[in-house]
Amino acid sequence: MTALTSPLGRLRWTLTDGLTLVGRELGRLRHDPGELVAALIFPAVMVLLFGYVFGSAIQVPDGGDYREYLMPGLFAMVTFSALMGVMTRMAADASRGVMDRFRSMPMARLAVPFGQTGADLLTGLLMLAIMVGAGLLVGWQPHRGLIPTAQAFLLMVVLRYALSWVGVYVGLAVKNDQVADAMVPLFLPFTMLSNAFVPTDGMPGWLRFLADWNPVSALTAASRELFGNPGAPSGSVAWPLAHPVATVLLWSAALLLIFVPLSLRAYTRRGR
Amino acid sequence: MPDPIVVAEGLHKSFGDTHALRGLDLSVPRGTVCGVLGPNGAGKTTAVRILATLSDPDAGHARIAGYDVVREADQVRARIGLAGQYAAVDEKLTGRGNLRMFGRLCHLPRREAHRRADELLERFGLMEAADRQVSGYSGGMRRRLDLIASLILRPEVLFLDEPTTGLDPRSRGEIWDHVRELVADGTTVLLTTQYLDEADQLADDIAVVDHGQVIATGTPDELKATIGDRLDVVLDDPAALPAAMTVLNTLTGTDPTTTGADRLSVALPGGGFRLADIVRDLDHAGVAAADVSLRRPTLDEVFLRLTDRKETVR
Repeated sequence: MTALTSPLGRLRWTLTDGLTLVGRELGRLRHDPGELVAALIFPAVMVLLFGYVFGSAIQVPDGGDYREYLMPGLFAMVTFSALMGVMTRMAADASRGVMDRFRSMPMARLAVPFGQTGADLLTGLLMLAIMVGAGLLVGWQPHRGLIPTAQAFLLMVVLRYALSWVGVYVGLAVKNDQVADAMVPLFLPFTMLSNAFVPTDGMPGWLRFLADWNPVSALTAASRELFGNPGAPSGSVAWPLAHPVATVLLWSAALLLIFVPLSLRAYTRRGR
Repeated sequence: MPDPIVVAEGLHKSFGDTHALRGLDLSVPRGTVCGVLGPNGAGKTTAVRILATLSDPDAGHARIAGYDVVREADQVRARIGLAGQYAAVDEKLTGRGNLRMFGRLCHLPRREAHRRADELLERFGLMEAADRQVSGYSGGMRRRLDLIASLILRPEVLFLDEPTTGLDPRSRGEIWDHVRELVADGTTVLLTTQYLDEADQLADDIAVVDHGQVIATGTPDELKATIGDRLDVVLDDPAALPAAMTVLNTLTGTDPTTTGADRLSVALPGGGFRLADIVRDLDHAGVAAADVSLRRPTLDEVFLRLTDRKETVR
């Protein structure tokens, strides 16, 4: 057995233990696929509600099909759910003593946050795949070929990973699964206050400013552009929407730079 | 006295204005059960958290098997097990799945982790439920799984923080049996509990903690001896209560407490009291007693006496 003493041994065990924890999440999913379904109910309802009810009355800026316009926004919404998912998982482990057990075991300390975010990436891909299936079913499709399509999905994965670290930090700060569960709906406006469902042009100035700078908007705009879906920004729009790909990457880098160190410090600190 | 495996010296810990620990000392000999008793908020859990490397003391130090809990935390973690007030297992996984995961996280090779999981499930009677999700387990089964999960590495020291709180008597008995087995195998156990009969049943030594300090230590018998035997008297006629009070006061030098309309209880200082003499004295005073009995005090009485909060130091 390699001890946890050498830096190389630590790195190795961080990876091994992280993978064990990824395996834990997959095990949970296998025993309880309902969790994944529950996480997808909301976007699925959105597909129906916006795609067929509200969408029938919404005019897409440059013409085009509203459901084609809508799907990139829903992909972004599912991406954003990483924050809530990881937050509730971390808070549940912290409040039910599982995290104390991890901390009292001779395992690599950093494996817990890395394992949790890694596992979220896998479940996120699964959720995205299901959403793509739903999109194709209602008539959405990418129009610009393989490479731009792949780039769009890659952007979703990158932002998802960054957002999952925000979830780690908030979950560790909350430390109470009931509070965390109650906080989930508070994040809904973050996804709605964007260009995911309607263009930002018509919003009042201050609201439009928030919506334009929302990473959800940038991801939606970037996806529309890369998929060749209607509603891609054109003309005079705010900087983030004129450069959506760069904005998504900048947002991701900023979130990771802030929340990875904060989370690691919160996890390894031995307070109470 | 064998060398202590758990040593705490002068532990201090504050959370804001609350002083959870103010100079706690503890020493547990290898292979024994130490029961840590104290009222809620006395600092029991804080002490366990420091010993189990979950929390750092503000001052003082502690060693497990010679390793410092702060500076050599990894060495300590390889030698301890912690089972707490919660069933700290993953509800969505099966019992077997949980143990395999914790085994892997203890860095057992995959095959060894699987073998150890089966061995523990078998030994602790959970094999039948091994492939069911923990969310369907009863409270007692969860607590047992939680206990097992702390035993994967055969810990030298096992911390049990209120292991039977909220369990029915039968499940408590099962946990007690398991703890006795572990101790027979040489495990040292540090047990916090609010059930005094639990400490009486399991502990070789007891440390009574209050206001973040150990205020008394000893075997259950030694602690009981500190407050002396007790005399309980049940009267035929409640009207004789004042007379009986006088007799018992003369005899013992202290005021008896009334424990009912027709019954009295008094501590007997030192030894040398004979039941026959007491009955005779009562008889002389014209007090007819339905029952007179001498008994050892319960641990509850010792505990209440020791942690009497009349003089609250803050």
